[in-house]
Amino acid sequence: MIGDFQITDTYYLVLAASLFSIGAVGVLVRRNVLVMFMSIELMLNAVNLTFVAFAKSLNDTSGQVIVFFTLAVAAAEVAVGLAIIVAIFRRRRGMTADDLRVLRG
Amino acid sequence: MTVVLFFIFAASSLAGAGGVVLARNPVHSALFLVQTLLSVAVLFLMQDAELLAAVQVIVYAGAIVILFLFVIMLIGVDRREVLTENLRFQRPIAVALGALVLAQIIFLTGHTWATGATTSSGVPINGSSGGDLGNNIQRVARVLFTDFLWPFELTALLLVVAVVGSVVLARGSGDSAATDSDAGASAEVETQS
Repeated sequence: MIGDFQITDTYYLVLAASLFSIGAVGVLVRRNVLVMFMSIELMLNAVNLTFVAFAKSLNDTSGQVIVFFTLAVAAAEVAVGLAIIVAIFRRRRGMTADDLRVLRG
Repeated sequence: MTVVLFFIFAASSLAGAGGVVLARNPVHSALFLVQTLLSVAVLFLMQDAELLAAVQVIVYAGAIVILFLFVIMLIGVDRREVLTENLRFQRPIAVALGALVLAQIIFLTGHTWATGATTSSGVPINGSSGGDLGNNIQRVARVLFTDFLWPFELTALLLVVAVVGSVVLARGSGDSAATDSDAGASAEVETQS
């Protein structure tokens, strides 16, 4: 249909790099802490995609197992992070990153 | 067919990622995040990672995003995000740094010396090196419970710590009067106790 054009792992790596960069820009630009968390999830997903692409190209299942651990760590991180956001919101009545200047030295 | 599917879902995931960053409403961001996660799940399927595609849909789109939506609804979605910049030139510098990161990673993807592209003698994804290794789930389980058994146990410990920590954090101080009047003082008491 399109000829000999093949999707190699480089395409997946470039796509994962783009997703990671969008997530990094999101963390830096947005003020809403929830959206910053979602951007962190985007970055984790980009790394997962990289792991799966390398597992496919190197023909080794260990890459997929690492993605498994990344999922567990992401779930734990989201649970704790959202609990922190709720606790901060109870005290400060706000959830932007500018409300968190108590820790600033 | 594979080429067309790849470009469709790559564009879908990138559009969802852009929507997460650009959407004003946090609920819209969460829904764009679901779009990205489902597209990445399809890309997982195309890379022979059937178990991970299912886990991605169930755990990420089913649990984590729902948790996000719970917190968004709990906090309230009607407040506007402040668009004034406290740091000068924060957004242009952030975009420039993001472009720099993208250029660096793409530069690295074309060079195998950066990644060390050699495989170990692990369980292969396709084919078999002696004996029937089963389907994708059986292969992942074989690696997970032999080579990665100790990290697996540590993951259980991590999840227990996360559950206990989130319960302690979300429970609050117990008396509702302290949350409104003297928030700073009760916060200091809370951190010391």
